[in-house]
Amino acid sequence: MRLIAENLGGERGGETVFSGIGFVLEKGEALIVTGPNGAGKSTLLRVVAGLLPAAGGKVSVEGGGEAFPTVASAAHYLGHLNAMKTALSVEENLGFWRAFQGEPGLSVEEALETVALGGLGHLPFGYLSTGQRRRASIAKLLVSRRPIWLLDEPTAGLDKASEERFAGLMREHLRDGGILVAATHLPLGLEGAKALIMGEVG
Amino acid sequence: MAGRPERGAWAQASQIMLALFLRDIRLSIRAGGGALIGVIFFLAVIVTIPFGVGPDLNLLARIGPAILWIAALLACLLGLDRLFQADREDGSLDLLVLNSDRHMLALTVLTKCLAHWTGSVLPLVVAAPLLGLFMNMEPLGIGATALTLLVGTPAITFIGAAGAAVAVALPRGGLLISVLVLPLTIPVLIFGVSASYGAVADPAPFLQPFLILAALTLFLAVIGPLAAALALRHGTD
Repeated sequence: MRLIAENLGGERGGETVFSGIGFVLEKGEALIVTGPNGAGKSTLLRVVAGLLPAAGGKVSVEGGGEAFPTVASAAHYLGHLNAMKTALSVEENLGFWRAFQGEPGLSVEEALETVALGGLGHLPFGYLSTGQRRRASIAKLLVSRRPIWLLDEPTAGLDKASEERFAGLMREHLRDGGILVAATHLPLGLEGAKALIMGEVG
Repeated sequence: MAGRPERGAWAQASQIMLALFLRDIRLSIRAGGGALIGVIFFLAVIVTIPFGVGPDLNLLARIGPAILWIAALLACLLGLDRLFQADREDGSLDLLVLNSDRHMLALTVLTKCLAHWTGSVLPLVVAAPLLGLFMNMEPLGIGATALTLLVGTPAITFIGAAGAAVAVALPRGGLLISVLVLPLTIPVLIFGVSASYGAVADPAPFLQPFLILAALTLFLAVIGPLAAALALRHGTD
């Protein structure tokens, strides 16, 4: 499986944010996107996910097979919003996404254990702290299987221990043949990841 | 042989949509869901009418079905702006759209509409017979109005979904949605009210307008979600 972006361009409100970005990620490879605020990191991730139309170029997957024929069907997108309902319990939230996204992975309990939220599943999502919310949102990546992870500032709000635990999860994902694209300001602790620096002239 | 995986896919899709349906129902019941706002608005309008119109019982009985329908229509429009906006604000909408390669976005929208209707509009239909008493309507008229509301209000939700999808990115889109949607709901109102009258007033027919009302609902059950899905797909930012 490979994720291919060719000559991608992105725009926001009619203004070009970036253009001519291309990369090829084989399975087990990660791409870390860095750059100053407003460089278009989030826009790039949304264009790759297909949530924003590309101003130019295209994104495609090869070798996804029957289960993952397109980028959208092969990708988890973890945006800066958590996509969880504050009125529902953590378990209900994760259970819903597990059922809705298909390709079930870990059970809800296992996923919560993995992000060290075991025993908090019955709480309404709204009761969790910022870091705990982020961890619950990361658990969402584990309850259904997707070979491509698109992560937008995944570690925002996480403490040191959670960051390391999440780095472990990402390494495991890559070892299993996954592909990862992360936009971040903070080092994610991934060795051997490709780097894309946005917002530089040329 | 080919039938089996097909049936499997159907079972899977219906399970997935059931999960979405149950989530939205839960959300509408829990705090902040706003399921009761529509009913309370409906109640407020109907209870106010007799005070405004005066104690002319015959007049009230005559305008009863129309008032019930107009009040129900407005109450339906009340909660529509939250249909997709709540999902957009917490990022869920991105994932709903992202998963549209797995199951059609229009199906997701249809499920959300049905959940919205069950959570916010069905209570109106249930309350309508009681409020019909306030309007001095006869039992047959009350029954006919409740029946036409049951059959006709889903159409309003389906049209409303298209409006809600167009206005999803606007911070205070509620009024805009009402203005967008109201003209399109007029046929539903006309046939709903004329069927209700047909049941009680002798020369007017009941069945024909009722069947047209049912046809409108079925037609809009397809067009509304498709239009909404198109708007959502192009409206994400």
